[in-house]
Amino acid sequence: MPIAFTKHLDRPLLRDIAALAAGILIVGLSFGAIATSQGVPWWQSTAMSLFVFAGASQFATMGIMTAGGGLVAGVAAGLILNLRHVPYGMAVGGVYWTSLRAKIIGTHLLTDQSTAFALAAGDDARKARQTYWTVAVSLFLVWNAGTVIGAFAGQLVADPAVLGLDAALPAILLALVMPGLKDRRTIAAGLLGTAVALAASFFLPAGVPVLLALVGLVVMWKGADGKREERA
Amino acid sequence: MTMFIAIMVLAAGTFLIRLSGPLLRERISLSPYAETLLKTGATVVLLALVATSAFVVDGAWAGWALPAGVLVGGVLAWRRAPLALVVVAAAATTALLRLAGVA
Repeated sequence: MPIAFTKHLDRPLLRDIAALAAGILIVGLSFGAIATSQGVPWWQSTAMSLFVFAGASQFATMGIMTAGGGLVAGVAAGLILNLRHVPYGMAVGGVYWTSLRAKIIGTHLLTDQSTAFALAAGDDARKARQTYWTVAVSLFLVWNAGTVIGAFAGQLVADPAVLGLDAALPAILLALVMPGLKDRRTIAAGLLGTAVALAASFFLPAGVPVLLALVGLVVMWKGADGKREERA
Repeated sequence: MTMFIAIMVLAAGTFLIRLSGPLLRERISLSPYAETLLKTGATVVLLALVATSAFVVDGAWAGWALPAGVLVGGVLAWRRAPLALVVVAAAATTALLRLAGVA
């Protein structure tokens, strides 16, 4: 199903998805490598990538657990990081809310990147659906392949920080979000929310500040009084 | 064994978190305004994620190399450069700054 979808996507979009997949592959490699170097067996890091499929929370939970932080602290940190998927699912859930199978798989494959690509597809529902599935399935494949390879060939994998990949991933999201910042109120909501999140991130656990960014939506309030067409 | 339990609990919890968005969405009336609001909400969260991951690492200032790379990528994206170029330019900027000793 997702493979057939790719025929309908234009080449620049497929190239963008390939660039993202390349970046995610390297992060997956480093996840597998770091897990092995911390004494985590390959089948556990692989199970984590298969069943959790959320990079930041995987790094966080594994890091806390291998450092002796305990089960509750490790799982809590990962779950808090993943709470941002609630607003993501509310925004793009309709894209994969079709058959039962699509609902279950689409839910599991919801990530920052699949959300951002689906949002960037705009109001074209068909394009959003094709884009979502292409990104989601591609990333699931490369993330898991990367984890397995990294777990076995860990020593051969360069540190993602040396490669500057920690800058590449936010830059990708920024590039995808940018076209959505097309009217003044969305920009204002984004700036206010980002300011709140940045201030909060110096003293709140990772994952909470980005949710606090939603207070930026207060600037959308006026839309309820009939000025809602402004965005279109 | 504890690690495996952690993985399974995190997996189950994460699935429920991912599931709650579409389920909540079904419960509220989706006027065009609500739809816009939800999409803007996700956009705001993503933007905040970009900023916090560019400027803050483990609750402290990330140093100059990381935000500089994200900024270069952002400027290229604004000029409508392909994503591959954004990725390479952002990563190269940060990597080279670190190589030059900039934190």
